[in-house]
Amino acid sequence: MTPLRVLFVDDEEELVSTVVERLGMRRIEARGATSGLAALAEVKEKEFDVVVLDVRMPGLGGLDVIKRLKDSHPDLEVILLSGHGAREDVEVGLRLGAFDYLQKPVDIEDLIEIIRRAAAGVSS
Amino acid sequence: MTHAPDALLHEAAEGAEARPYLAGRNYGRLRRRVVLATAAVSILPLVIMTFLYYDQYERSLGAEAIATVTRQLTNNKRALEFFLTERRSALSFVVRDRSFSELCDPETLPRIMKNLNASFALGSFADLGIIDESGLQLCYTGVYNLKGRDYHEQDWFDRVSRRGVFISDVFLGYRNSPHFAIATRHERDSGGYYILRATINADILAEQIQTAGLTPHDDVFLVNRSGVLQTPSRRQGAVFKSVALSIPEATLEVHVLDQEDERHQPIVLGLVQIADSPFTLVWIRSRVGAEGGGVTLPRLLAFLLISTALILGVILWGSRQFVANLRAENLRRAELMHKVEYSNKLATVGRLAAGVAHEINNPLTIINEKAGLLKDLIDREPEFPLREKVLGIVGSVLGSVARCRKVTHRLLGFARHMDVQSEAIDVEALLKEVVGFLEKEAEYRNITIKVEGQSDVPAIESDRGQLQQVFLNILNNAEAAVKDGGHIDVGVRLTQDRRIAVFVADDGVGIPPENLGRIFEPFFTTKEGSGTGLGLSITYGIVQKLGGEITVESEVGKGTRFTVLLPLRREE
Repeated sequence: MTPLRVLFVDDEEELVSTVVERLGMRRIEARGATSGLAALAEVKEKEFDVVVLDVRMPGLGGLDVIKRLKDSHPDLEVILLSGHGAREDVEVGLRLGAFDYLQKPVDIEDLIEIIRRAAAGVSS
Repeated sequence: MTHAPDALLHEAAEGAEARPYLAGRNYGRLRRRVVLATAAVSILPLVIMTFLYYDQYERSLGAEAIATVTRQLTNNKRALEFFLTERRSALSFVVRDRSFSELCDPETLPRIMKNLNASFALGSFADLGIIDESGLQLCYTGVYNLKGRDYHEQDWFDRVSRRGVFISDVFLGYRNSPHFAIATRHERDSGGYYILRATINADILAEQIQTAGLTPHDDVFLVNRSGVLQTPSRRQGAVFKSVALSIPEATLEVHVLDQEDERHQPIVLGLVQIADSPFTLVWIRSRVGAEGGGVTLPRLLAFLLISTALILGVILWGSRQFVANLRAENLRRAELMHKVEYSNKLATVGRLAAGVAHEINNPLTIINEKAGLLKDLIDREPEFPLREKVLGIVGSVLGSVARCRKVTHRLLGFARHMDVQSEAIDVEALLKEVVGFLEKEAEYRNITIKVEGQSDVPAIESDRGQLQQVFLNILNNAEAAVKDGGHIDVGVRLTQDRRIAVFVADDGVGIPPENLGRIFEPFFTTKEGSGTGLGLSITYGIVQKLGGEITVESEVGKGTRFTVLLPLRREE
């Protein structure tokens, strides 16, 4: 079975590296990006099944990134990470095509569960 | 004991000295000041003006009385002097025109008197007599038989003998009837003299002075130099009585003065001496009652009293209205200010909470992931030294992260609660849903939760999620307050003013009075270590946002009852 390819995007480098490592331990091919632009560059360069995207980031924000990703890769599933509880942003993200959202801090098993569902195209 | 935010606002409004509205007890002081100031500026001028007016009125009345008395006295003096002079001149003419023998002729003297009386329509002579120098009446004509009477001992005889002409006081004389005499001495050619004497009935004097213009308050009479009445007086009595009044010495000039009568009543007294006579003409006008239908002091005082009472009544009523309106307005302002203050506080806390939650969430996420990674690594190494102890520590870190997450989620919820969605909600069904969340805990602690609705309660248009949070917060509190085996009653009904009332009553520990006023304040909690102090504050904010009210009644040891009043439709 081909491992899932996941891009984890957050402006906290410590978080990105840790989550990528933990996903890797669970046989998920994970890469990290610490900005919106870096994420777009990764997606342009490599193929991913799911992108986990922080809504609020300095520079290019999560909502801008999802809009561009959906323009260029309509089939790519995006899961939003919201750390500030701004329901409006999450709602906009969902309208822009996000698969689902999770509130920080997340449980790794919950994250993997939602990644698997997104990859399989099974909504909750 | 009942406490609602509005009730607290009233207390705050009345108790806050430093605020720009008055404390309760100051309204009484303000009202007293308003009454005093208004009464002073309205009643004082009235009193001053009334007494000034009365004084002016008195003065003009006095001046008028003096002018009237002066005029009357002048006229009467002139008339009386003319009357006396006329008769005296007539007698002088007669005594000069006729010889003694002619005068004493039994036919001549009666004819002369007849002619004289025919000439004087008023004040006829009563008799005429010729008296020789020894005082013996030699000839006489008249209604009495006085021929041969001797007058040499009488005062008038002495005086006329010395002066030549004399008008006597009024006296009774031989005839025993009040009369006065006019006598004139005539020198005989042969030496010696004789006197022509005429008497006039004294009534004529009274008729002469009782002129037009005499009012019921006037008293006019003649007195002689000894103060004995020569004509009857209304107040002083009949002829020959001495006047009780002190009358100053008269002169030929009219003299009028203000003084008091024998009963100490104010009068205007006028007097004048009638020339060549013993008579003083006196005119008294009483000041009491002389105002007639005009202004009297008692009437004026009654007017003043009634006016003052009316003004005071209006002032008291007006000041009461004014202070009541001011108080209501101040309370309204205080409530508004307090609400604004409260909203601002909530908004500030909301922003602060969101900021704190956001800032804490990121490191919390990293801690969570790092601890998770540590756990993953240990799991991969079965031989890891102190494996169980380290896994326990990692579990404790992850548990603490989970607790922190709860707090940050609540804080974020607090910041979020301002937005409202509307939909039709069956409140009873919603309450049952919320109670469902708490059932497990209730079962575990043997707590009975009853939900009772009424059939006439309509669905309301409101925000489902926010209402769930409201009732969840209240029910959570109730569940925390009751002991194991306690009871919580939840009810919903339609109020008379067409609102939905939801009550949550527990038989728990109750809230002490000193805390009751603070339970809706952000960060106020009695759950040491486990409460954020945001639950009821969030609840209060949401209920306000939904256009409702929340009140709480509580008694320590008996329980607490929250009542949430919601409109059927939320006003935008």
